[in-house]
Amino acid sequence: MKRFWNVALTILLFCSSILAWELIVRAFEIPTFIFPAPSKVAMALWRGFASGLYQKHLYYTLLETVLGFLLGSALGFFLGTAVALNRYVEYFFYPYIVMFQSLPKVALAPLIVVWFGLGLKSQVINTALVAFFPLLVNTMVGLKSADEDRMNLMRSLAASENQIFWMLRLPNALPFVMAGLDVAMIFALIGAIVAEFVGARAGLGMLIQSMNFNMDVSGQFSVLLILSIVGLLLNRCILLIRRRVLFWDPSEKERLERERIVL
Amino acid sequence: MEVIAVKELSKLYSSRDGSVHALQEINFKVSEGEFIAVVGPSGCGKSTLLKILAGILPPSNGEVRLRGTPITGPRRDIGVVFQSPVLFPWRSVLDNVLLPVDVQRLGRDGHLKVAMDLLNLVGLDGFERRYPWELSGGMQQRVAITRALIHDPAMLLMDEPFGALDAMTREQMNLELQRIWLERRKTVIFITHSIPEAVFLADRVLVMTPRPGCIMDDVQVKIPRPRALEAMNFPEFAPYVHSIRGRFNAKGMIDA
Repeated sequence: MKRFWNVALTILLFCSSILAWELIVRAFEIPTFIFPAPSKVAMALWRGFASGLYQKHLYYTLLETVLGFLLGSALGFFLGTAVALNRYVEYFFYPYIVMFQSLPKVALAPLIVVWFGLGLKSQVINTALVAFFPLLVNTMVGLKSADEDRMNLMRSLAASENQIFWMLRLPNALPFVMAGLDVAMIFALIGAIVAEFVGARAGLGMLIQSMNFNMDVSGQFSVLLILSIVGLLLNRCILLIRRRVLFWDPSEKERLERERIVL
Repeated sequence: MEVIAVKELSKLYSSRDGSVHALQEINFKVSEGEFIAVVGPSGCGKSTLLKILAGILPPSNGEVRLRGTPITGPRRDIGVVFQSPVLFPWRSVLDNVLLPVDVQRLGRDGHLKVAMDLLNLVGLDGFERRYPWELSGGMQQRVAITRALIHDPAMLLMDEPFGALDAMTREQMNLELQRIWLERRKTVIFITHSIPEAVFLADRVLVMTPRPGCIMDDVQVKIPRPRALEAMNFPEFAPYVHSIRGRFNAKGMIDA
């Protein structure tokens, strides 16, 4: 019963704030190019989807985000593994990694456009670049965090380094890797949009910019709405994978319980 | 015939402020099927001794022979139980028990029945599909004991295995361990800092003193088995505890 009231109140609050927004914009006659009423945003959204314009750009942005995310996190994972397992790789590469990490990766976007053009390749590279570091760092830390007692157990069983990696270090690193994927997914969407701002032939980020030039503020609002939903859904996907992979992690259970309260 | 022969064993840790003599000229022998307890205050090098016996720490001097061959590195015929259960949370109880089988490629098929029998023996039948976090501390340590027995090792090393358990569970586990030992008759080296626990479990108690760690006394415990927990109240029990504690008091080290 309490749950029912909570849901009802949530819906009521949402509807009344939308209504308030609509009424305030109308009452004070705020121009649409400054702050559009929700009805205008809804109309822009409908028009965009009816004409097929939004689908096309949405598809393009999703493609960039997912490809860049996969590429960047895979590279981050493998390099992180190499650094964690090999002292020489760590010694020679780590200073560059640290240096590169403190650089805001999106600042490279203009250069990447110069090198790779306005096409998909350029945005995917930019997205991969921002998705790369969370995985690199988390994989490194995760692989190195194997508990000393567990290492001793494996050693006492005469396990080879290979077996220690596959049976202990890697599963032990999974919570870190999944946390890295979580962050990388959010970063990937940011990377894709920034790359489109800098120069692209399609995508929601490019659409926002062209709408901005045309003072189509309701259009921009509608695209922002799509972007936040996309971000949310991508995040949910990672969460679902995480739940399956980390079913054994006690901290994961606590986290899930906390989130259930929020949702 | 002896399973373990420790001869002139010494271990020196060197650090920046000089070296620490963790173990000095340790000598002892263990016969087949004997239950040995090593008792001593913390910092007396008990764990160092166990790590050397397990082959994960090289000695500075001397040698340890297991069934005639020197221990120079990790061996497949030793089972170790640590103070914490050290279970892998991503493996079910059964998979945890089968870890040595996986590592040493002994073949799961042949060991599945062994694992089930052992789980039965430690009272965990029906728990094989559960995960470590679903078990209590005592149950987790039973899984660890099962895992140490799965590959039928020549010797079982136990490093304060019940030290992290509450007093009631600990007594219960002592009883259980005795029951398992009476059934399997493995050679056991059991490290503890509890004198009553050592006397209750062992055929022989090795008394260690710290800095440098050496064996001060070797006490035969002649209390008939199976020993019930009430044995701790029997008149023959107290003198053992008393005389071992006396050794520590004489040296001015009261710990346990």
